[in-house]
Formats: sequence, C-alpha cells, structure tokens
Amino acid sequence: MKYAGLLVMPAGFLLTVASLVLFADVARRGTFVVCGLAVVCMGLVLAVRGNMPQRGPSRP
Amino acid sequence: MNALPPMIPATAPAMSEAVFALTLVLLLVCPLALAGVALINTGLGRSRSAAQALLGNLALVASSAIVFLFMGATFAGTLPGARGAAGFTFHAAGKPWDWLGAGSPLLHGLANAAPQSQLALLFEFLAVAMLVLLPWGSGADRWRLAAGCASAAVLAAIVFPLAAHWIWNGGWLAQLGINFSLGAGFLDVGGAGTVHLVGGLSALAVVWVAGPRRGKFPKEGLSTAMPGHNASYVLFGCLMALVGWLAWNAAGAILWLHDPLAALPGTAINTLLAASGALVTTYSVTRFRFGKPDASLCANGWLAGLVTSSACAALVSPVAALFIGGVAGVFTPLLVELLELALSIDDPSGAITVHGAAGLWGLLAAGIFAGAPGQLLAQLVGIAALLGLMLPLVYLLFALLNRFVPFRVEADGERIGMDLHELGGGAYPEFVIHRDESYR
Repeated sequence: MKYAGLLVMPAGFLLTVASLVLFADVARRGTFVVCGLAVVCMGLVLAVRGNMPQRGPSRP
Repeated sequence: MNALPPMIPATAPAMSEAVFALTLVLLLVCPLALAGVALINTGLGRSRSAAQALLGNLALVASSAIVFLFMGATFAGTLPGARGAAGFTFHAAGKPWDWLGAGSPLLHGLANAAPQSQLALLFEFLAVAMLVLLPWGSGADRWRLAAGCASAAVLAAIVFPLAAHWIWNGGWLAQLGINFSLGAGFLDVGGAGTVHLVGGLSALAVVWVAGPRRGKFPKEGLSTAMPGHNASYVLFGCLMALVGWLAWNAAGAILWLHDPLAALPGTAINTLLAASGALVTTYSVTRFRFGKPDASLCANGWLAGLVTSSACAALVSPVAALFIGGVAGVFTPLLVELLELALSIDDPSGAITVHGAAGLWGLLAAGIFAGAPGQLLAQLVGIAALLGLMLPLVYLLFALLNRFVPFRVEADGERIGMDLHELGGGAYPEFVIHRDESYR
C-alpha cells in the first residue's frame, strides 16, 4: 500500500501541471489544481497507512 | 497591495554596496537559526544520545556544505555557467520548463560574479545546512551518524538543488507568473517550502526507513512516552532560532523580493508576531488539554510560527502574520499527538509537524493573504510539486541508501545509547543513566 501511495502522489502533481497547460480559464484551472492536490493528499494518506506498524486492538 | 515581483534573479535590479553589506551581515547572523535547531534536536532526544546528536548536527552541516560545493551548487544554478543563467529547459505546450540548473561547476568564477549571485549562493549554503538538520532530529536515538551524513549528502546533491532551482533561481515554479499569469509565480521568500517543507518530508522518510525507537509502540496499549532530556536546551534553542530567523527572513526579502530597506522592519516584526501568535495558541491548547502548558510542545509551536513566517513575513500585514502563526500554534500540538498516538509515527523532534505541516500552511497562507490575483493558485501548484514529487523522491533515495549504509543502529547500540555505541563516551559522564523500563 505504501508504494501505491508513493506512486499516486506524483500522479496528483502531474494532474496539477496538466491543468496549467490544458485550461486558460481561471475557474477550471483552479478546480483541477485542487483536484490534483487532493490526489497528492490521497497518496500521502495511503503511504502513511502503509507504513503504520501492526499493533493490537487496545490502541486508542 | 503593491504588485509582487517574480523571484527571478535575471530580473533583479543592481544591488548597491550598502545593501550588499547589510545583506551579508544578515546572512552571517543566520547560523544562529542552525544553532537553535541543533539545540532543539539535542534537547528533545535522550541523555544517552546527546553527544552523538550534537556532533551529528555539526557533521551533517559539514557534509552538506562539501557536497553542495561539488555537486549541488551546479544543479541549483545560482552562479551562471557556460549556458548563462538558463538551466536545462524543455518546451511543452509552447512554454519553457526550466527544471534543472546548469551553474558554474565548483563555484568557478565566484569572485567575479554579481554581488546578488554571491549572496544568493551563501543563502543557499545556509539553507541546505538547515534542511539536513531537520530529519536528524526525527531520527534521534536510533539513526547512525554515518547514515545521517550520507543522507545529508544525498539531500545536498540532488533534492535541495532541484527545489532551489525551481523556486529561487528562475526555474519553472518561479516562472508560473510569467508563463501562466499566476500572480508573481511561486513565492517562498524564507525557505518555508525549499527548506522546511522538504525537510519535514525528509524527516517523514527517515522515520519510515529507520522505524520507531525500540519500545516506543508496544504491541498493545498506549505508546511509551519518551520525553526529551533537556527542556532548557530546547527553550534556549527557540530563542536563538528567533534571532537567526529575523535575519534569515530579512535577507530573503532583500535577495528574492528585492525589498527596499524601509520594508525590513515590517518583515522582522511579522516574524516575531508569527512566532508569538503560535506560542500563545500552543500554550492555550496544551493548557486546555493537559491542565498545564507543555514546555516541549510550546517550543514546537514557537518554531512552527517561525516556519510560517519564512513563507509570509515579507508578504502579509502584521495582523495576518499573527493570525497565520496562531493557526500554526493550534494545529501543531494536535498534529504531534495525532502522529504519535493514531498513526504510530515516532518523531522525537516533531519536525514532520513543525517544519513540514507548518511550512505547508505558511505557503498556503502567503497565497491567501498576499492579495495578488492568481497568487493562491501559484502557491497551490508549488505545494503540489513539493509534496507530490519530493516525498516519493526522498523516500526512494533513502530506501536505496539504507541498503548500502544502514540507517538503524543495532539493538544493543540503542539500549546502551548512541553516545557510548558510536562515540565511546557520553555527554554527561558524571550522571547516573537510569535503566530503561521499556527494555524489560
């Protein structure tokens, strides 16, 4: 899962850069930049979850 | 609000001798920020690893400076090389994308370079030194000194030059304003992204590669508390860091924004206000949550406020700087707790939160409060680039490095302490070292 997350993060960055090239309209560009950042954050969450050590059920 | 200038050295006005002298003096004060961070790193670790921690801070700074001279400075492209000021550029969608510097190798021609370039180079030497110190605190008590130096070399050779070229030396992020009409392009005057966000992400990568300290996260139950051994070091380090940060942000404002001297007191006041706002809110949050204020978390909050000021002190109003620091002070203790208790991330110095998260918030806040049209979008693109590319890159490099120079010390070394294991002597030889309950 951690490697999947680390691969998803650059994909989000590429989405952000693609929005600069594809759209001139500020609203569309902004929407896609935010979407790209959301994908980066999703990849980060996956990577963090993938690196968590296995622990027992009594963890808070 | 006045239009902000792009951070592109080629567009910089000529620098007078007085401004050159003042900037040089400011840069010579900046190492106090390094000393402050070194003290904080040492104080938040255990007493049996204190000498190794403080020696490590020196060794990492030395490694980074040497490698930056031989390799990093060329890729950062601060001093114009054979290709002039332009770096390696490709064209896509009719726009130039300057992604890597092609500077003068081995600082050839430094003495004859423009005064602005010479100062920018000194700024970058100090910035890379700060960057490599940040993950060192997160790997405290289990990260071997040799591996720390090797990772500093990797950061200074590959990671920092990429970010520095993109942001400070006319790279594609600095040109977002010119090429895509996004405000003044990505703005990072004091290194909140180039240094602190990248440093925080490197700290996360180190924690992942090295793993948590032995006994920190038992199979069942709460994580084990391993408090720092010297709160005095930590809090005095915070005061030293303030002095360095005041100089750092003022020097950055002159070098990258070409601010007039009359604007510098405002930048310094904003730096102090951001740190003050953060301290007050962290104090309040920890007082509310634990019944008493927590000294080490308050230190973390203070430092997080300083980190936010790196992004925005030269760009926003004093009230906005106070607010931005205050927000950092609220989320810092909560995020430190979340990382440790919920996500099982063992970060003794809190660098992931203090430098990574606060740097990210500072960059975002600079876009919100700077007021230039399109600036927020430029900041978001820069954050996506740093977060989306740098963390995978650093993790990959550190995981590879770990195969050749193992990051983690042997179990016995961790038990007796890094001082005895790596240096053969402790930082406090007269002190009785208490037995660690977690090893039973």
